[in-house]
Amino acid sequence: MGATNKIIIEPVTRVEGHGKVSILLDENGQVTRARLHIVEFRGFERFIQGRPYWEVPVTVQRLCGICPVSHHLAAAKAMDVIVGADKLTPTAEKMRRLMHYGQTYQSHALHFFHLVSPDVLFGFDADPAIRNIIGVIKKFPELAVQGVMMRKFGQEIIKVTAGKKIHGTGAIPGGINKNLSIAERDSLLKDIDQQIEWSRGALEIAKNYTVENLGELADFGSFDSNHLSLIREDGAMDLYDGGIRMIDSEGNKVIDHFNYQNYSDIIAEEVKDWSYMKFPFIKDQGTDNGWYRVGPLARMNTADFIDTPEAELARQEFKAVTGGKPNNITMAYHWARMIEVLHSAEKIKELLLDEDLQGEDLVVKGERRSEGVGLIEAPRGTLFHHYKVNEDDQVTMCNLIVSTTSNNVPMNLAVEGVAKKYLSGTEITEGLLNRVEVAIRAYDPCLSCATHALGKMPLTVSVVDHNGQIVDKKST
Amino acid sequence: MSDKIKFTIDEVEIEATPGQTIMQAADEAGIYIPRLCAHKDLLPFGSCRVCTVMVNDRPQAACTQPVSPGMNVESETEELRQIRTNLVEMLFVEGNHYCPFCEKSGNCELQALGYRLGMLAPKYPYMFNKHDVDASHPDIYIDHNRCILCARCVRSSKELDGKNVFQFVGRGIHKKVAFNSDTDLAATDVSVTDKAIENCPVGAILKKGVGYAVPIGKRKYDSQPIGSDIEARKAEAK
Repeated sequence: MGATNKIIIEPVTRVEGHGKVSILLDENGQVTRARLHIVEFRGFERFIQGRPYWEVPVTVQRLCGICPVSHHLAAAKAMDVIVGADKLTPTAEKMRRLMHYGQTYQSHALHFFHLVSPDVLFGFDADPAIRNIIGVIKKFPELAVQGVMMRKFGQEIIKVTAGKKIHGTGAIPGGINKNLSIAERDSLLKDIDQQIEWSRGALEIAKNYTVENLGELADFGSFDSNHLSLIREDGAMDLYDGGIRMIDSEGNKVIDHFNYQNYSDIIAEEVKDWSYMKFPFIKDQGTDNGWYRVGPLARMNTADFIDTPEAELARQEFKAVTGGKPNNITMAYHWARMIEVLHSAEKIKELLLDEDLQGEDLVVKGERRSEGVGLIEAPRGTLFHHYKVNEDDQVTMCNLIVSTTSNNVPMNLAVEGVAKKYLSGTEITEGLLNRVEVAIRAYDPCLSCATHALGKMPLTVSVVDHNGQIVDKKST
Repeated sequence: MSDKIKFTIDEVEIEATPGQTIMQAADEAGIYIPRLCAHKDLLPFGSCRVCTVMVNDRPQAACTQPVSPGMNVESETEELRQIRTNLVEMLFVEGNHYCPFCEKSGNCELQALGYRLGMLAPKYPYMFNKHDVDASHPDIYIDHNRCILCARCVRSSKELDGKNVFQFVGRGIHKKVAFNSDTDLAATDVSVTDKAIENCPVGAILKKGVGYAVPIGKRKYDSQPIGSDIEARKAEAK
């Protein structure tokens, strides 16, 4: 391949996520840049055009099989705006929240126990034959079972709120289509204390791992960045609703309590020719500086407090590591994620004991509008859904900014940091390959979640010299 | 002389009234014969052929064939189950039936019949034909992607509503339901309360804004297969 040749990447798959990393070298063989190419192409924004708006929350959730509830709820929230439901009934909002906490719980548990625990329990350099979920089951059977049972619990919550465990229909424009029966409530209540106990245990593992290895992890694919999430009016972390807050790497509030109906006033998206994923950025700061991180780490950084007692104590411990300043350590995502698992479990218990869930008032409607935006804090970060609907009730425009898209630049930087530190010469060693994978996995991107029961990403890493020649290429 | 006609379906003796079709007599006796175009309030039509039975060893549409004394009708045979399944599968591949997000799921007769017949995945290639939607009417939504050309809307409008809103145009693979107007559905005299709207067996004619109001678990075919209401009469008939 000559210097003018380009590597062209086709959309190789529609459903599963696949990652491809290029590490670019300068004339002296030093790493200049690393790129994570996302080569999946979905097309939802186009093919829902012309469909009736009430169908959308059920259709778009099929973007994903791990956190479909995020898309279901973000779209339903946008459609609430379309049907003029400015304030849902308590039953509707709380049922949706229960669905969302159930989802966050199962998604985080899946990621931590299934995909991350092999790295944490065996170390990055352990033999890949052992460093997988089967290895975890063999050596730590009790922990493996906990992971499965925690995911199951979250899925059961989704089933009683959305109708089925994957791709249900619970949230409808203006509300919800069912309440929680006493029998459903009791079937969950009997397990909740055990779930909270297991959540404490998972949090302990993630915390101890991070604190004990802080020396190595602190600069492992880490970098200063903005952090963005929704925030409740009183500054509490809120996974379901709120205004947009963005802080910089020092903790200064750049944006606060911004009404997300107007998100397009502050956020734009850049398209690059080497990835199917767009690059969102804050308009004021431009493409070079305006990118930001989302997800559990960002939420720990933006929140003033968490409104459940045990998770709040955990948050304070988390903040103490960086002296109250924002935490910019990529690998701290895992710790933050487990704080959210405990928070979700606490919230689930609170909601199950709330009699509003047995209410009969499920749907409200008001003045019909032609445009609506719905945001939610999905397990992987802030998720944007934006729709326009014509007078005949058909969708005419759809824009989605999914969490992994917002973490696009950060993931590239994390990979670049790892490559600069661990690539010597031009040969891709097993150690480098592992570390690239670990850095990407910290962000829990969709490309790792949709696949890989064995905790392996379908990742190809190439080292490209200054002439555009591939000098080494390896796959996991 | 008795005014009843005696015949058998799958070796069970049935008493029918003269002039009844095999399907009408079977329904009364609590024997379900699968069907899509047939509807109890509409005249016999015989287009989908899903109700095909063997009458004295010859294939006949149960919805149009009148009963006659001593006829030997076979319905629940493996051969007929296979023929019916093939017909249903062809309907699935000819239209664009995305059950996973169709709001008619759980209440759809085509889907319910697919389940009842034990259809897994269609063995024929999907045709992915391009079809239109008509959302012009304020209360009614038409999605031609899901139309199975059963003509229930055409017949209901004429026979039950006293209107003439729907009609077929085109032939063969180009056949489709059209509206009695120069422009769109909104320009017809259709009303959301028309039987033509209610009697659509699939998600082709929908009332706007209803969507997924009925939760999973409470939909018509969530807990029992299609035809169960007819089969429940068997106990009463005895």
